[in-house]
Amino acid sequence: MREKTNFFKSLKFKRRKPLDFMLFALTWLCIGITAAVMLFILVYILSNGIPYITPSLFAFEFTMENQSLFPALVGTLMIVGLSLALAVPLGVFSAIYLQEYARRGSRFVKIVRITTETLAGIPSIVYGLFGFLFFGGVLGWGLSLVSGTFTVSIMILPLIMRTTEESLKAVPDTFREGSFGLGAGRLRTVIRIVLPSAIPGILAGIILAIGRIVGETAAIIFTLGNVARIPDSLFDTGRTLSAHMYQLAREGTHPGEAHATAAVLLIVVILINALSSRIAKLIKAS
Amino acid sequence: MENDNKIILKNVNLWYTDFHALKNISMDIPSHMVTAFIGPSGCGKSTLIKSLNRMNDLIEGCKITGEFLLDGEDIYGQLDVNMLRKRVGMVFQKPNPFPMSIYDNVAYGPRTHGTKSKANLDEIVEKSLKDAAIWEECKDRLKKSALSLSGGQQQRLCIARALSVAPEVLLMDEPTSALDPISTGKIEDLVTELKKDYTIVIVTHNMQQATRISDKTAFFLLGEVIEHAGTEDLFSRPQDQRTENYITGRFG
Repeated sequence: MREKTNFFKSLKFKRRKPLDFMLFALTWLCIGITAAVMLFILVYILSNGIPYITPSLFAFEFTMENQSLFPALVGTLMIVGLSLALAVPLGVFSAIYLQEYARRGSRFVKIVRITTETLAGIPSIVYGLFGFLFFGGVLGWGLSLVSGTFTVSIMILPLIMRTTEESLKAVPDTFREGSFGLGAGRLRTVIRIVLPSAIPGILAGIILAIGRIVGETAAIIFTLGNVARIPDSLFDTGRTLSAHMYQLAREGTHPGEAHATAAVLLIVVILINALSSRIAKLIKAS
Repeated sequence: MENDNKIILKNVNLWYTDFHALKNISMDIPSHMVTAFIGPSGCGKSTLIKSLNRMNDLIEGCKITGEFLLDGEDIYGQLDVNMLRKRVGMVFQKPNPFPMSIYDNVAYGPRTHGTKSKANLDEIVEKSLKDAAIWEECKDRLKKSALSLSGGQQQRLCIARALSVAPEVLLMDEPTSALDPISTGKIEDLVTELKKDYTIVIVTHNMQQATRISDKTAFFLLGEVIEHAGTEDLFSRPQDQRTENYITGRFG
């Protein structure tokens, strides 16, 4: 039986079951502190930023007089879109191979796992330096959209692989048995039975990945560069919102615009998350 | 008579890595009859039933020797494993409907084997559900999720799903162990009904169940078949002391 948790009602059992009450109070305290911190940050950013959001901030071009964030916004969406297009298929299919096809516990699988886990733990600035030296230097792409995309893709690849693997693992083996038992092959079982059940988990991983891309600054400045204009081509340099914000805040001459950018960034993330969960629902319904 | 045996096993041995799970089993499974496998837990009943449609292929370190013949064809030979599983269907211990609609659950098998037309699928779904004695309960909600059914209904749906690909043999691995007595009764009636069209092999822990529904019974102990005979004979005149001890409840 689960009692409805009513804070004031619970005060009554404080006398009779002191330990119960203490644990109860502790959980309330923790959730209270967490929620308060989150709420404070949210309100702080929005209240500082929203007053500075003006139509001119979304002007097509960035000038010294008008610190438009529009090029950075477009740059962010480009980096997010391109690197997801690269990393999601790679990561998802690798995870499907590891979980559904490879012999469980084989040496190869172990090596791949150790590699991805190691990659997942590397600080992003190391990826930035690698991208700068390898994509920018060795491959000669310089500071450009491709350099940035590849760098960020490698950065989020382990994350997508891990979350996909976990959600595939969570699909009960009885589903697979049922499908194999009817004479369905492995491909059909994976596509029709396993993947549909795993999609919400995979999408959650993608949302986390989007969060990492949008929040990335160091690796982006190293590889995409930090020039406030919309890239003309894949080999052109650009800027993302977080890099834009860093620039404005560092220069210290446009604190209002920096705050406005933070607010826009926050709203963009919220929108992307809402969109992703909508897509998840649509996929589940179909 | 050779012709009346659907499945013939000769000197079957099976190892899970180092564990010798089935020891030199030879057995004939007659067609259009219900053969029950009884015995204590871990004695190889489920292992044997799973090797009849090669579900053991999925397990690492599983090694099988001996002869498995389905209508004279070698189960582990040229026969395509997916075609084999179409001919030898399986119902599992726990009901495992797919997380999709009742209709799609039953249509999954035929779709897998290439049936596309809506009319054909409709017909197969209706027939399968009727044969599994669940049509009346779900004909008005075929588009609803299969997970909304009760446990007993889910198991009958799984039987319908297994019937949908028109198998010749139906393997049932303790199909009622997770069900209440009423659902169990329904499935037992169903099994008796189904043996007219299918050859049935059922693993059960419930000896009353074996006497109620099976024609032949095999008693397993520690990977060996101790006794295999007509159900009545085995339960009334067991030839082996160990069989007698088991069916009279002295162990197991």
